[in-house]
Amino acid sequence: MTKKIKFSRILIHLFLISYAITCLFPLLWMISTSLKSTSEVYTNKSLIPQSLNFENYIKAWTEGNFSIYFTNSVIYTISIVLGIVVVSTLAAYAFARLNFPFKNIIYYAFLMMMLIPIPGAFVPLYVLLVKLGIQNTRIGYILPMINSGLSVSIFILKEFFEQIPKELEESAVIDGCGKFQVYYRIMFPLALPAISTIVIFNALSAWNEYILAAVNFTDPNKMPVQQGLFIFQGQYFTRYELLMAATTITTLPIIMIYLSMQKYIVRSLTGAIKG
Amino acid sequence: MRKFIDKIENFIFVIPALAFFITFSIYPLFKTLQMSFYQWDGITKNMIFVGFKNYIDAFKDPVWLKSIKNGFILSFLALIFMNSIAFLLAILVNSGIKGAKFYRVIFYIPPILSGIVVGYIWKWIYDPNFGILNGLLDILNLSHFKRAWLSDVNTALISVSIASMWQGVGGSFILFLAGLQSIPEDLFEASRVDGATFWQQFFYITIPLMSRTLMIVSILTILGAMQLLTIVIPLTNGGPGFETEVPALRIYKEAFSSYKFGYATALSVLLGIMLFIISLVQIKLRKVD
Repeated sequence: MTKKIKFSRILIHLFLISYAITCLFPLLWMISTSLKSTSEVYTNKSLIPQSLNFENYIKAWTEGNFSIYFTNSVIYTISIVLGIVVVSTLAAYAFARLNFPFKNIIYYAFLMMMLIPIPGAFVPLYVLLVKLGIQNTRIGYILPMINSGLSVSIFILKEFFEQIPKELEESAVIDGCGKFQVYYRIMFPLALPAISTIVIFNALSAWNEYILAAVNFTDPNKMPVQQGLFIFQGQYFTRYELLMAATTITTLPIIMIYLSMQKYIVRSLTGAIKG
Repeated sequence: MRKFIDKIENFIFVIPALAFFITFSIYPLFKTLQMSFYQWDGITKNMIFVGFKNYIDAFKDPVWLKSIKNGFILSFLALIFMNSIAFLLAILVNSGIKGAKFYRVIFYIPPILSGIVVGYIWKWIYDPNFGILNGLLDILNLSHFKRAWLSDVNTALISVSIASMWQGVGGSFILFLAGLQSIPEDLFEASRVDGATFWQQFFYITIPLMSRTLMIVSILTILGAMQLLTIVIPLTNGGPGFETEVPALRIYKEAFSSYKFGYATALSVLLGIMLFIISLVQIKLRKVD
């Protein structure tokens, strides 16, 4: 009996490990290719490069303009996440605790936007950006991106605010705190666990976004990394060692953030299904 | 009066969110509906009202219909293969083995990558001349299976589907795992005392208690597959011919390559209605909670 259990455990691990390799292999292959020289890419099929060759990275970073794309993406990601945190905490606090006209209708409108997909929203957004005269500007990208993260963030934060005991606010009000002070002195710091979830997820999606960037930017000096990859591939066509160096540059920050924050990420994802 | 001022003050908290929402969600929604009744190139002031012509054209447009069909094929493949693998992985990871945390972290790596990156990595894997897939077939003495995966009409859509499922398994896996973890352990123990086998537990406890999770994950899978876009652009951009055209890519190209903004928005509305019907089921399920 115990032998049988032991045997099935080994089988389970074998299966899970082989799937883990399936997950990792394309990424390892990407890194391996990025470290090979041009001629080696076509001859050496081994996962381990003959020597570590960082020339592709230098070329992608300088000639391929990834120094610019990367900086842009950092700027966009930080601005978008900051915008989402400020706007969504304010709104979520109000939805959870304060009373105002049409509160429920407005909240359900936000919720509907989260649950109902609007395909092709990039078409009217493009028209709007042109109309507002902010197409091909940084702000024209940041503003709609802030909006796209709002509804889910408000939803998560509202649930969190509702679980905070009311006594804390009440005593603050007695001490003479106004609503806004209650929000940023008490509620905001208490909500930090939920806020960190929002920061991580919105940072990931801002960094990974492509379509809205493609619709908005025509000036290469303002493009984020994902759009940069597309441009870069157009320039170097089948030079896969260069392209893989560029995709590695684009992906590494994401993987690092994920591995350092994975505790938070998996926990909040497993919470999502109950929502 | 005091109460009135109080409510106005409260309202200030939602004004920024509301301003974003109205400008970048509500306005585009109505703009889409409006534009869909016009013929417009997106640039000039020359908008011609054409009534339902764009909608009627859509039903006669073989490329659009093909893209919808492809959307259904991608949904079907993802429902069957991606979700079965994800469900199996979730059950195994949840079976009390060592290293569950490690597997969970690894399996969720593909979903955090961008569609563009995943597309280019797989394009390189599929490369007809120097790709690792054909290279592997050579090593295994299966050279007769070698082909130009993404430009062969017989394999293009399947190849796109595999790349996107590779990315998507982790998402379904995490949701299944969460569902499994919410089943009380006592149920399994009680049934074990009563002499239930693994399969009996699976069919009489796991499956019934997971039905809601299974439904939600299935709907999310369909919604995702029907809206597939970013990953297709680097892989095939809809080719060869229109073999891997997907609905969202059609909308994108009709607007930004053919400059038919009216037609593109009509396609958005049609796809939106389809997805809305699918999401209604999801909204209902979430309310049951």
